[in-house]
Amino acid sequence: MTDTTTRRTPEPGTWTDKPFPLAVKPALANTQQRDNLRHATTTIREKRAVRASEVPNWEELRTAAEHIKDRVGRHLDTYLVQAEEAMKAAGITVHWARNGDEANRIVASIATQKGVDEVVKIKSMVTQETELNEYLESQGIAAWETDLAELIVQLGHDLPSHILVPAIHRNRDEVQHIFTEEMGRYGTPAPEGISNNPAELTNAARGHLREKFLRAKMAVSGGNFIVAETGTLVIVESEGNGRMCLTLPETLVSVVGIEKILPTIEDLEVFLKLLPRSSTGERMNPYTSMWTGVTPGDGPQDLHVILLDNGRTNVLADPQGRAALRCIRCSACLNICPVYERAGGHAYGNPYPGPIGAILGPQLRGLEDPKDRALPFASSLCGACNEVCPVKIPFTDILVHMRHKVVEYKTSKHPTGEQALMKSAGWLMERGSHLATAQVASKAAGRVFGTRWIGPMPIPLASRWLRARDVDAPPTETFRMWWKKNREGGAK
Amino acid sequence: MTAAPHVAIFATCIADTMKPSIPVATVHLLERLGCRVSYPDRQTCCGQIMTNTGYFDEAIPTVRNYVESFGDYDYIVGPSGSCVGSVRHQHEMLAREAGDEGLAKEAAAVAGRTYELSEFIVDVLGLTDVGAYFPHRVTYHPTCHSVRVAHVGDRPIRLLTAVKGIEYVELPKSEQCCGFGGTFSIKNPDVSIAMATDKAANVKSTNAEYLVMGDYACLMNVGGILHREGSPIKTIHLAEILEHTEKEQ
Repeated sequence: MTDTTTRRTPEPGTWTDKPFPLAVKPALANTQQRDNLRHATTTIREKRAVRASEVPNWEELRTAAEHIKDRVGRHLDTYLVQAEEAMKAAGITVHWARNGDEANRIVASIATQKGVDEVVKIKSMVTQETELNEYLESQGIAAWETDLAELIVQLGHDLPSHILVPAIHRNRDEVQHIFTEEMGRYGTPAPEGISNNPAELTNAARGHLREKFLRAKMAVSGGNFIVAETGTLVIVESEGNGRMCLTLPETLVSVVGIEKILPTIEDLEVFLKLLPRSSTGERMNPYTSMWTGVTPGDGPQDLHVILLDNGRTNVLADPQGRAALRCIRCSACLNICPVYERAGGHAYGNPYPGPIGAILGPQLRGLEDPKDRALPFASSLCGACNEVCPVKIPFTDILVHMRHKVVEYKTSKHPTGEQALMKSAGWLMERGSHLATAQVASKAAGRVFGTRWIGPMPIPLASRWLRARDVDAPPTETFRMWWKKNREGGAK
Repeated sequence: MTAAPHVAIFATCIADTMKPSIPVATVHLLERLGCRVSYPDRQTCCGQIMTNTGYFDEAIPTVRNYVESFGDYDYIVGPSGSCVGSVRHQHEMLAREAGDEGLAKEAAAVAGRTYELSEFIVDVLGLTDVGAYFPHRVTYHPTCHSVRVAHVGDRPIRLLTAVKGIEYVELPKSEQCCGFGGTFSIKNPDVSIAMATDKAANVKSTNAEYLVMGDYACLMNVGGILHREGSPIKTIHLAEILEHTEKEQ
């Protein structure tokens, strides 16, 4: 633990150490948060549906995006080297990081070389993944989030709960409270007596951030895309804070996952159409920044790109799982997900929640942590995510594949009770005569219960079902028996 | 269709054991529509409970048994979008994962002849009005796997709305999952119950007499909540409605 008295930035919350089924309980009991989430996800998913339906060749665009991303995956070695050469030629210093620690250390060492003790940040998932802010804090460097929702999360000593809208779990009253209490401790305070009016709150954030933008000598960003042929970095954003970070500071460091490469500038067209409509439900995002190296007298004069692996090559090595690397972090899968809508993001235990978090997280990090082994099961496999994904990630197939990997992981250690259960189910279903044997027991239970419904009962596993639901008593005659009686000789 | 199609009914293990009235209704309906129906009694299950829990090896016997049970039939019809979806979407993959190319080919072939009930009636028999009569107010939940895996589209609604005397009410937020999800309901009971409770609330808002679906497991999930909450809304499978005729009233 860092000593809070010497910290420069607000101490964040800590991720749950509980696996999803347990971690979700407080979120489900929080009716205010459930209302916030239902309202927010419903609004944004309806906007997405409208914006997608406006594009006549939407399905073709999705297919194109799928193919482009898959091609990048197949030839990643080539494209990465091409991108590195193009970026170097444009005057960018390119670094390679095998994992989050390496990336964080490179960022800190650049800051140290530049003699800066604070950086402004553009919202980035990859630096959430590497926990860059806390590493910088430990090195005496303050990292200031400048995206409005990230600012709410940071000042609220909180954690992000959504890829696009990290403060989706907060309402405006909470934001008013956080801004009033915390802004003054870390810079320009919120104006006296601000209300929960969104315009007033945004204005407070603007004042608070302006001071930091004007002072900052170094910015840290992620990156939505890197175009391999030109070495161009691309960031899309909504608030203009990114544009400030990209133009004011003298030094810019972009940490980018190695899967973010696009082969050509033409390929970008496909993604700039798909991403805003899928993500914020806008036809076009308000700010699209593209920069190719250093331009004297304009923008940052020292540019660094850190290409990060952090488990991505492991994902690429899995033929079934690798489609998760197509992800462009739009969060359409979160917004449509009935599990996310009720659980919120924190229950997933890491910065990538929802369906993409359930398939990507355990692949990036491996299955050693029980939290990661629980994630592929945090889905009803309803498949709503498959339909909205702009890069056509087959979520449910990968979820099932990951469940298989979890089972292999667990049963390779020692036989499990669940495995025994599944093995007996396998035997039962091997042929009809086996099933018929078991149906005798069900039929007997039917005689016991008669026509009554079965209510709450303390039966292991079954109680999880019966806690909230009644079950019709099993019938005294199975279909198999009915058929024998009524259609004798009909069977082949 | 000219000659009477010979149909093998895939009763599905859950309906066979827990709700035989569904496959019975399916048999009555298909026979009324001129089909010859067989029940290959070697049949059991689609294996989905094992597959979707990650137990691929344990699901392989069900794939093999499905191929052996139904391999000789031109039409295999199941009253479940989920079970049919699993057969069509997962059996070949499972066989391939197990390294059994021969089984994968056979499984793909049999899966190609496997139909969800509404698909068979609309696409193969070419019917939407099956001569049913059901003078009640009903609402319909399109189960996730029927829509997103089996891709039955609006066929069940076309069949339902063609039923004489029926009053069909649209279900709000019908596209959202009911929270069953197989072993999801056991592994993540809290989220599952939250989803099922919301689904039940939407069902109640329709003031329907019956909640209709094409999958018994999901019907049992939402029906269980409705019953616990003391709601008078009854659950019924699509096949059971289509089985009803005016004569029987």
